[in-house]
Parts: sequence; structure tokens; C-alpha cells
Amino acid sequence: MKNFVNLNVNPCNMCMPMGAAGVFKGIEGTMVLMHGSQGCSTYIRRHIATHYNEPIDIASSSLNEKGTVYGGSENLKKALKNVIKLYGPKVIGVTTTCLAETIGEDIRRIIDEFFLEEKIVGVECVAVSSPGYGGSHYRGHYYTARKVLEHFAKTGGKSDKINVIVGCMSPGDIRHLKEILDLYELEYTLFPDISETLDGGYHREYDRLPEGGTPVAELKAMGKARATIEFGAMVSEADSPGEYLKAAFGVPLYRLPLPVGIEHTDQLMETLTILSGRDMPEKLEKERARFLDAMIDSHKYSAEGHLSVFGDPESVYAITALGLENGFKMCVAGSGPASEKLIPALKALETEYGTVFIKLEDTDFETIAGHVTETGTDLLVGSSDGAFMTEKYGIPLIRTGFPVHDRIGAQRKIMIGYFGSMQLLDEMTNTVLAEKHDHFRKHLFTEYGQAKEG
Amino acid sequence: MNINLLEERKNSVMCNARDDARHIECGKNSAAGSVSQRACVYCGARVVLNPITDAYHIVHGPIGCSAYTWDIRGSLSSGSEVYRNSFSTDLREKDIIFGGEKKLAAAIDEIAETYSPKVIFVYSTCVVGIIGDDIDAVCKSAEERTGVRVIPVRSTGFAGNKASGYRAACDAIMDLIGDAERPEKPSGINFLGDFNLAGEMWIVKSYLTQIGITINTAITGDSSYESLKRAPGAELNIVQCAGSMHYLARLMEEKFGIPFISVSFCGVEDTSASLRTIAKLVGDSETIAKTEAFITEKAEEAERLIAPYRKRLSGKHAAIYVGGGFKAISLIKQFNDLGIKTVVVGTQTGREEEYETIKSLTDEGTIILDDSNPFELEAFIKEKKADILVGGVKERPLAYKLGVAFLDHNHERKHPLGGFVGALNFAEEADLSLLSPVWRHVKKDRGETDEKLCQLEC
Ligand code: SF4
Repeated sequence: MKNFVNLNVNPCNMCMPMGAAGVFKGIEGTMVLMHGSQGCSTYIRRHIATHYNEPIDIASSSLNEKGTVYGGSENLKKALKNVIKLYGPKVIGVTTTCLAETIGEDIRRIIDEFFLEEKIVGVECVAVSSPGYGGSHYRGHYYTARKVLEHFAKTGGKSDKINVIVGCMSPGDIRHLKEILDLYELEYTLFPDISETLDGGYHREYDRLPEGGTPVAELKAMGKARATIEFGAMVSEADSPGEYLKAAFGVPLYRLPLPVGIEHTDQLMETLTILSGRDMPEKLEKERARFLDAMIDSHKYSAEGHLSVFGDPESVYAITALGLENGFKMCVAGSGPASEKLIPALKALETEYGTVFIKLEDTDFETIAGHVTETGTDLLVGSSDGAFMTEKYGIPLIRTGFPVHDRIGAQRKIMIGYFGSMQLLDEMTNTVLAEKHDHFRKHLFTEYGQAKEG
Repeated sequence: MNINLLEERKNSVMCNARDDARHIECGKNSAAGSVSQRACVYCGARVVLNPITDAYHIVHGPIGCSAYTWDIRGSLSSGSEVYRNSFSTDLREKDIIFGGEKKLAAAIDEIAETYSPKVIFVYSTCVVGIIGDDIDAVCKSAEERTGVRVIPVRSTGFAGNKASGYRAACDAIMDLIGDAERPEKPSGINFLGDFNLAGEMWIVKSYLTQIGITINTAITGDSSYESLKRAPGAELNIVQCAGSMHYLARLMEEKFGIPFISVSFCGVEDTSASLRTIAKLVGDSETIAKTEAFITEKAEEAERLIAPYRKRLSGKHAAIYVGGGFKAISLIKQFNDLGIKTVVVGTQTGREEEYETIKSLTDEGTIILDDSNPFELEAFIKEKKADILVGGVKERPLAYKLGVAFLDHNHERKHPLGGFVGALNFAEEADLSLLSPVWRHVKKDRGETDEKLCQLEC
């Protein structure tokens, strides 16, 4: 769904290893190593670093011409050795990038050889084949999470815990989600958990491998859980980590959309009630009531807004729902990453709210921007990559999702749950209000005042 | 140095000692697993060519390479904004299997039909080098078909490092300039190796105008297809970012007989010296006199404004980790000017002679690094007790986590660090970070007493 057939003009997505890196950053004591050329890891580090404002050490096997011609096993082995020496990780997440994949590297074999040769114990190594051309960062996230579980979760059984598999949520969102789970007094394993690793505090001693992340022991036990909640309603079954646990060990799976907006959050709460046997805790009841009250307070203002949303399929779907719930005129919902489920899901929203808007997946910013201007959008919600539309057309942008390069604090922004949805909704409505208040005198004068004089 | 270095890195890390005649090992491929801060060949080429404002940049490769390099640099334009777009052939699995030549040809046609481009650059990326797409041939036939200049950039990502990318870009620029005849009476100078970040090229241009010298073509800051074609008409090439443009200067000398000199407009000292040299080479006695007067006025003004910062900052210690050697050298001088001693200095792609200069400019005991990594930077910043790190985007969070001030010297900067005004901005930024009240709280948190407190209050 692009204006050009053979070109992507101004990408609205990133590549698979980016998603893989995010997952590995959510496992305790893990160092990421990309098998391929030096550039990929450096780009990805740069992107992550400006978004989270945290040091991001990702190693590369720095494949060069020689390695490319004769195979990269020497480079990869050296890299593993050096990573162990410099970082002493518990886990090494090895991903491929385009180069290694194109020359047909068998990374599992190389890794196993290395561990035998060097007699290394006490380090786990997960291998994921994630060429950039294989898909978006979005797909890379779920695909890698699935591969990690295939590696660690090898047995079924019984435990009281539930699994919570998160998609591309901010560390702030994840911390908030944990609070919600705690209120239901559930025992859970949350994966991948970047809530501390990518949004850590200042400490006297800097730790190269920051604290936090899902512990390996917990990953290993995920096949035993009594249920899985997976935030990923737009991802294919084949890439879904929860589907793996379900197929392999019969763990019941609840696949939910991002809990943004009242309906999606209700859906989460209902699921938590089923799993915990508890009614909605009083604190959340109050948050829900307050959110609904906020929606009523702002519905007339938001209804004046013409909203376009872009980003990955989950956030596009969820924020579109939030907007529609409160009466925004929906203009464009565009996902850079491909997703077969997105368009049908958006169509269902159209039917539910009796409206039509532009729906795009596997698209680029050139296409999105074209529709944004055509439809008279006056409010954008998405990553900072869309900021050029503010610069060019003067349309305000509320920054959410990944990446946000030009503002501080994206890593702690909360948009999930009743509380987070309310914050985002307020921000959206206020932007519409600000535009109106800043310009209404001038508009009215141009419209009527001038005419009178003439 | 009691830091546990990787075996492969031992000869690329030096402690400055006068009686140590060893040369630092540089220009090598990065050690596997060392977490180098370098990018790739493609990135090097893109950095150099991107500021050509009316060029269409097609990245022939998978989407990531294009996504991570889209409009992330602060090069400014006085005309076209086309360069701020990122076009990609977005290669997918099937293209990797069946080849991407057809897609590339069709992509070029789409651009040629939709816009009226003067020049299209086609960058090769890692996979393109492997799947064997012949981008030279595709570009050539596209030129014949469309009548548009379509120039291949041989920037396959694994074939060397960032510096190889600079060379690939220079070759592409030579390709663009073509076989133009050198005029009988060349005039003006070409300014190589400034990318007009935060308008820095404009600043230098205005200095030169004031002393009566014109820039013929800037390469590549705020340049265009037409302006680059005019490049052979200059009587002198001045080269700033030597790492990227020394090679082009040599090519232009060979082909058009244009002599070149190295310059730097970083800091008062280098800016003054560079203006002086240029005036001597291309100006008459009047120009030289004008230049002296200009420098005196500007340097005095800068000194007056910078002096208060010196008072506040002198005695501090700096660590430097930047891309090229020329920048590191200028930064050492600028810190010196502020009374700040450089205790750690490294670059991603410095050259041997630049490291020699660095050695001569710094004290014994200074740590010198080529193609360093976060592990070493952390260790040496701590060991040498640096108060401030100057570097790029990736280094910033590390500095902050170590509780150290930071000065952004990256390609995204939004305020100029070049020329006299840049020297002042530099001092101001160092001051803002070094003497920020935030460190008081950090010190308190660390249980250290704050001797800076009184300095702040007086
Ligand atoms: S698309 Fe491929 S080559 Fe480009 S950055 Fe991503 S993994 Fe690396």
C-alpha cells in the first residue's frame, strides 16, 4: 500500500534485528551480539540510545570481505569470546543481520562448536535468524520472543503463574502493567521485561549489564504456566510466542490488543478477573470511573479533531480505537510494518463506529503524508519520524511509540490502562483545544470581520 | 593502565609517553565482539553525499539501512529539500533470492517519471554486494533510458569501514563532476569537507566574503548538482574534514590540477590560522591586510566573550571520542584554550599522522584510542577522572550514567560549533554541562563533598 511500486519513500518501519535487540534487552543479564556487518549494530544502537537515553551496548561480529567469502565462523567465535570477556553475560542473544543470512551462516552450529571448543559453561546462548529483509522490527520482536521461548521453555507442567508477553510497550507502560497485575494479586512472568534495563536509574556504580529483565529460570518455566496473556492482536500465529506455548504445552492463550482505550482496557481487566477469580480492584474501578468521566468532559472537543495515527500495527489499532471511542474524526490509520490482521480489525472498527477512514499496512511516510494532507488531518499521533509533517504542513504531532528521537522521556510515557489512556486522551484533546484557541480569533476575523469591512 | 583490554585491541590503545616511539594501530577492521562505535561503508558514503540538496538518494537494499539514515543529520540547505527524503528499494526475501536489479531499474524510472531529478545516487548495501546485482550496469542503462544522471555509489557495507565509504562518496562526486574543462583563469576556492551542519559552511562563507574571497563550490554542504559541476573552476581546494575529503582533493589535483591545503574552522586558533593561510595563497596584499584586521577584530571579540568561561572551567579534565582525527585535534586545542586538559582522546577513523599530532598536543599520560568501545571509554574516563566527555549520540548516555558532563559533537547538532561563533558556543555548552547544578545532587548521592559549590556561587 504505497504510492510507489518499487520504492519505499521515507520508511515507517525498521528492520528485524531491531526488534530482536529489544527482546534480548528484556532478559536478565543478556548481551546482544549481531552476526553481520558493523553498521547494522551501530545504527540500531544509535536509534535505541536516543529513544531511551540509556547506554546500549550491542556487539557485532564485524564481518568483513574475508568473512563474507570464506564464512564468518571465525568472526562469530571471536566475537563470542570477546563479549564474554568484556561483559560476563548470563545470556548471549545472537541474531543475524542481512549479510550473515545472505551468505547462509548456520549460527547455531557455529555457537555450539564454540562452546565445545572453549569448554564454556554458565552462559546460555540463544540464536535467532533475523535478516533485515525478513520483516520489520515489529515482526522481529514477536519472532525473537518466540525463538527465545522455543529455546528456554522446553517442558510443560503445572504452576500457579501466568505468562504475560508484552509487545512494543515502553518501560513506563510495563511498570504500570505490573502494578495492575499486582492489584489482582497474580503470580506472573513478564517477558520481555525492559522496565528497568532500558529505563534505569542513576547509580553510584555503573553496571554495563543493567539490573532487571526476565530471569532465565522464569523463562524456562513458562511452559508450565496456567495461562498466557499476549499483547499482540495483529501478529501472525506463526510468529506468536504464546501460540508456541499453547501448541507445545497446552498453555491457554489470551491474545489481547494493547490496553489503550476503554474497551481494550476492559478486555484486559475481564481477562485478569477470569485468571485471578477477583473482581476489579477498587483502585482500578476508580481509575476507570475517572477515565470515563474524562471522556465525557472532553468528548465535544475531541470530536472536532481530525486524527491520523501511524506506527506499528498494535499501537495503530489501539490508538485508533481510543480516538474513535471519544468521537475523533478518524482520517488515516497507517502501519509501516506489514500485518495481515490489521486491516480487517480496522474495518471492524469502521463498522462499529459507522465511519470510514484510510487504512494502510506495509506502507511508507510518503503515502501516509499524502493521505494526511488530503483528509484534512489536524492531529497526528505516532513516532517522531512523522515530525516532518509538522514541519511541512504545520500539523501537530503527539509523540508515542518508537522511535522518539527529538523529545525526552519517551521511555517513561504511559499510555496503557485506564490511567495511561486518560493521559494520552487528554494530550490529544488538549492539542485540538490549543489549536482552536490559538487561532479562533484570527479565523473568525478572516471569515467574517474582513467581509464586513469590504 | 591496569585495564583488562582485549588482545586485538592492545596496539590500538596507547598511553602517551615521549620515549615511546610506537605508532598506534589504526585503520584496521573493527575487532569482532568489541562493540565498536563505528558505522559501515554505506554510512560513510551517505554522510558525505547526503548534503547535496537536490539529489535523490536511493538506498538499494533492505529497509533498515534506509530507515536508520533518513534525515538524521543537521545539514542545512538554502534551496532544495529533496535530500531530506530517503528512497529505498526495500528488498525483501524474494529479491534476495532472485536479485534486485529489475526492481532497482524500475525504482529509478519511477523517480525519473514522478519528479524531474537532475541527479540520482544509488547506494549499494551489504546484501547487494552478495547477491551480485550489477548496480553500475543498471545505473548506466537507466541514464541512457531516462536522460538523468544516475550515479552508482559503491558502498557495500562490509567491504572495509566508514573510511572506505568516504572514498566511495568521493568517487561518486568525481563521477558527477565528469570531464569538465578547467577554465583558463580559475577563481574562487572550493571548500571540501564541511557539511553545513547547523549552517557552519555559511558561517565560514561569510568570513571569506568579508575578507574578499569567494567560495566557488562547497563540497558537500548546501551543494547542488549544478554547483558541483562548477567545482573544476576553482583555483584552490581547502579541505576541512581530511578523513573524508583528503582523497577527493587528491583526485581533483590529479585530474584538474587544483592544489589543496588542509584547514580547520574549529576554535579561534584554527579558524584564524586557516583564514590567514587562505588569504596568503589566493589573496593580494590588500586581502592579507583585510584578513589580519578581520581576525584581530573577531578573535578579540571571541576572547572577550570566552574569557569568563575560562575562569570557570580551567582545571577540568576532558575525554574526547569522535569520528575523525581532524575534529579530535581541534577539540584538544579548544579545550586547551579553556584551560581544560584532555586526558583521554580517541577517534573512530583517525589516520596515523593525525594520531602523531594528537600525541604531540597532549601531555604524557594521556590515553589515546583508535576505534574504541564503551568498555574502554568507561574504564579510562573513570581512571583518568575526566569531568566531561565530548562525543556523538551513542556516547552521551554512557557519560551521563557515569555522572560525567557531556558535549554533543554530532552530525545532528542544531547550533554551530564552527568558526568564532562556534568557539563561543563550544565554551557555553561545556559550561552549561560542567557547571550544571545537577552534579551537586549527583555528588550528594555519591556521598562526596562538593567543592564546586563555592565556584558556582561566586
Ligand atoms: S536492513 Fe539489513 S543490512 Fe540494513 S541495517 Fe537492517 S540488518 Fe543491517
